[in-house]
Amino acid sequence: MPVESLWVYLAERPLLWLTVTLAAYLAADRTAARFDYAPLVNPVVLASVLIVICLKLTGTSFPVYFEGAQFVHFLLGPATVALAVPFVENIGQVRRAIVPLVGALVAGSLVAVGSALAIGYALGLPTDILMTLAPKSVTTPIAMGIAERLGGIASLAAVLVITTGVLGAIVLTPLMRIVRVDDERAAGLAAGVCAHGIGTARAFQISSLAGTFAGLGMGLNGVLTAVTVPLLALLLT
Amino acid sequence: MIGALVVLLGCQLAGEIVVRLLGLPLPGPVVGAALLAAWLLWRGIPDFLPPVAHGVLRNLSLLFVPAAVGVVQYGPVLAEYGAALAITLVISIVLALSATAIAFRLLVRLSQRGDD
Repeated sequence: MPVESLWVYLAERPLLWLTVTLAAYLAADRTAARFDYAPLVNPVVLASVLIVICLKLTGTSFPVYFEGAQFVHFLLGPATVALAVPFVENIGQVRRAIVPLVGALVAGSLVAVGSALAIGYALGLPTDILMTLAPKSVTTPIAMGIAERLGGIASLAAVLVITTGVLGAIVLTPLMRIVRVDDERAAGLAAGVCAHGIGTARAFQISSLAGTFAGLGMGLNGVLTAVTVPLLALLLT
Repeated sequence: MIGALVVLLGCQLAGEIVVRLLGLPLPGPVVGAALLAAWLLWRGIPDFLPPVAHGVLRNLSLLFVPAAVGVVQYGPVLAEYGAALAITLVISIVLALSATAIAFRLLVRLSQRGDD
């Protein structure tokens, strides 16, 4: 059967799933743009759901999908480096807000870790899951490293990190309205400190200034969490 | 564009090297971003860099899609602790976002009062 052999050929190359990933994102981003980037229409969620449906319909496993998608995943590295550019462009704004920035970073970081541990403990989650939950607000590689060192589960840490990022991106703007903070620097910083890269992506939808504070919050919170979480966990256990 | 890619990838590479040599518990790209920021503050921003950097950052959401698709693999683990994990994550993210934003605003007001 020519159709079957064509499918076998395509399913084995990265081309198909790379194209599907880009096409799904394009559709998701256009949809989000049509809704004026309303928080609930999150492009990461929309695109992922579209792709998951494609994978289910074609019976494709995640490792096969990732063969193609890894090219997109790889770009997270250079994109993180690129955060230096808006940071330097907005350096005046950053300098002027340096004290509030550092103070809010410490407050947000402690609340992110402390609340997760406290609520998880109250709900009866076992210790290894709690240790996996603790670094959920930082970027994936840091979170996985921390979770592993604390006796958590690294792969589950990645899932919790992504879920946290998506939740943060969705609730960010409505929540800022509820707590009556209309400063885009504050919103951006909160997104980066509490919801890492996905929050930062959301902040860049608001403005380059919000994105700058988000990128800074994400990077600094990564450093801070890598130092404080193992200490906090030692105290608790 | 190639120049910008060389700068971005070069800084990431330098970041990875620094992380391995010093045994830092940080991802290479985060250190790479710090190195690039230091270099740009010192030498200024070359014209070819901002268009590529802003282009990449405008589409930052795309880069999280493959990892987000990976979440589907964890159905069984999530099913066991799903409800408790979901409640914890939602409350924790709301508290942490509020704490960061409110602390920032308070400290901005306090520092402005200091200026008067």
